[in-house]
Amino acid sequence: MAVKNFVVGLFDDEAVLFPAVKKVRTAGYKLHDVYTPFPVHGLDHAMGLRESSLHTAGFIYGITGTTTALSFMSWVFNVDWPLNIGGKPHFPLPAFIPITFELTVLFAAVGMVMTFCWLCQIMPGVKKHIFHPRQTDDKFVMVIELTEKTNAEEVKSFLQAAGAHDINEQQAEAGWWFGRFDKDDEPYLRKVKPVNA
Amino acid sequence: MHLKYESTLREPLVDGVKDYHQVTEDIISPIEAKPGKLWYVGFFISLALLGFGAFSVFWQIYFGVGVWNLNKTIGWGWDITNFVWWVGIGHAGTLISAILLLFRQGWRTGVNRAAEAMTIFAVMCAGQFPIIHMGRVWMAFFILPYPNTRGPVWVNFNSPLLWDVFAISTYFTVSLLFWYSGLIPDFATIRDRAKTKLRKHLYGIASFGWTGSTKHWQRHESLSLVLAGLSTPLVLSVHTIVSFDFATSVIPGWHTTIFPPYFVAGAIFSGFAMVNTLLIITRKILKLEEYITIGHMEAMNKVIVLTGSVVGCAYLTELFMAWYGANPYEFDTFFKYRAAGPLGWSYWIMMTCNVITPQVFWFRKMRRNVTVTFVMSIIVNIGMWFERFVIICTSLYRDYLPSSWSYYRPSWPEVGFYMGTFGLFFTCFFLFAKYFPVIAVAEIKSVLKTSGENYKEKMEVYEEESAEKFAHDVAHAH
Repeated sequence: MAVKNFVVGLFDDEAVLFPAVKKVRTAGYKLHDVYTPFPVHGLDHAMGLRESSLHTAGFIYGITGTTTALSFMSWVFNVDWPLNIGGKPHFPLPAFIPITFELTVLFAAVGMVMTFCWLCQIMPGVKKHIFHPRQTDDKFVMVIELTEKTNAEEVKSFLQAAGAHDINEQQAEAGWWFGRFDKDDEPYLRKVKPVNA
Repeated sequence: MHLKYESTLREPLVDGVKDYHQVTEDIISPIEAKPGKLWYVGFFISLALLGFGAFSVFWQIYFGVGVWNLNKTIGWGWDITNFVWWVGIGHAGTLISAILLLFRQGWRTGVNRAAEAMTIFAVMCAGQFPIIHMGRVWMAFFILPYPNTRGPVWVNFNSPLLWDVFAISTYFTVSLLFWYSGLIPDFATIRDRAKTKLRKHLYGIASFGWTGSTKHWQRHESLSLVLAGLSTPLVLSVHTIVSFDFATSVIPGWHTTIFPPYFVAGAIFSGFAMVNTLLIITRKILKLEEYITIGHMEAMNKVIVLTGSVVGCAYLTELFMAWYGANPYEFDTFFKYRAAGPLGWSYWIMMTCNVITPQVFWFRKMRRNVTVTFVMSIIVNIGMWFERFVIICTSLYRDYLPSSWSYYRPSWPEVGFYMGTFGLFFTCFFLFAKYFPVIAVAEIKSVLKTSGENYKEKMEVYEEESAEKFAHDVAHAH
């Protein structure tokens, strides 16, 4: 990603946050993100985010597991080493069901979690800019990206009017990098000139 | 004010006056404090047990499986009993986190994290028994279908024992993923309030760089829901497959079709009992009584009395079928050697602990009594251990030929191995209680405003007014 300039405002209550999100969107400001300590239901719709398609990915992983299990077991029993097990058929479908089911679930779960990590760009060792340390505790942190059309002071007074407090301007890396949370390694990254300065 | 709110008739899920920050403080601060004396005592006792277990396993591997008291007639004894018992205990966590999520049971938020942790540790303990039971453990990888130089010769996909391998390993993996995906946001909470550098670094790694972005939360919700949907049939399948180990054989006493539902009910029964045992201690030591309330315990006690009665019905059905089925061997197994005979005492311990004593939970006062709940939770787990012992040993010890009749009592390495798994389980649980948020912080916050005591009190005004007026006011609020 890139280093950018942001205006950050804190909200204490969902009841104030929702109208504020609406106002920001109608005013045409570029809403970078809202960071919340827990999933706030309806906030994704209020922000105009599209529905997640993670479950579709899960379905595809699931049927991959089903196919893998069924085709592998029937290949082993019919092609690679046809073995007579007590005179039982070489394609005993009922006996294949438990393993087929388990592999369906396994593929779907592992695949979905990996896709989730990929989409959210999270993994051990990844570091991202935390706009306010209490965004994972009790504050709802609204971050507005500055563009060449927006004036920082104007955005600040707008947020003030919308009910935010502790409003400040931050220059930060919008993406992720490999780093440690106990080290302040961002100034090093910030040597780069912000793209929206 | 939301249109949807929880009726004041329902008990609050979080007691006391709380806001979001207070929830964080209450649950995270025990992690940041030094552990108490009790924690060290418990932890070192667990480590000692684990050490003794490791020694017992070493003894068995060094001298061979003959150091166990298993014999030609009784090939499955304490080892498989303990395996089934631990797997059963490992069912409550995923049941609470998955099935109760789909049923929208709000009370699961207080107990799901600890219950899932318990699931994972219990499955870790369970998995060791079949592996060590193989005798030559260094050959354990033979149970996996991997391309080998012997043909390749593959495993038998028709065998319930192989289904077990797939079921248990899938269950462990999926439970672990489900549990950890829920932990990521809570680790981020610990990270962002950490005062020491080491804590910030370690929880920074554990939290995967989570920020709490709305889009990420949306995906997280979607992930949790689908994992819950996947885990629901999974948790039912695991003990079903474990019961197939017995039900697909032709041993009288094992060869019955009611085994899958009967085993699943028993698993939930013992799992909830173990959750009660652990949480009664945890809430006391970590002072989390306001989050794991009496109401939570009552809900679990209701599940215990339900599943205990299901199990009781299964016992009676088995007896009826043994008589009605007119198979003389099955009749003898049940009426001469299980309910009577040299091992008959174990049957009556099972009956008393699993069917008779849980009936106290029909009384509300008993369900809401912490001491009664704690004692019952231990009785139930003793009963469920004996259930597995009864099913396995009393079906085996009287063979078709009286000349091969036998008796069985465990040798010290068998007992030591079992104690060792207790050591492993509690070592893991003590570490979990110290370093992990034992209650899902983010989830509690998301139900706080509908189910917290101080928020519910504010709802009393709305309860007074008519439904039409309430709906009208909400519709015209803005």
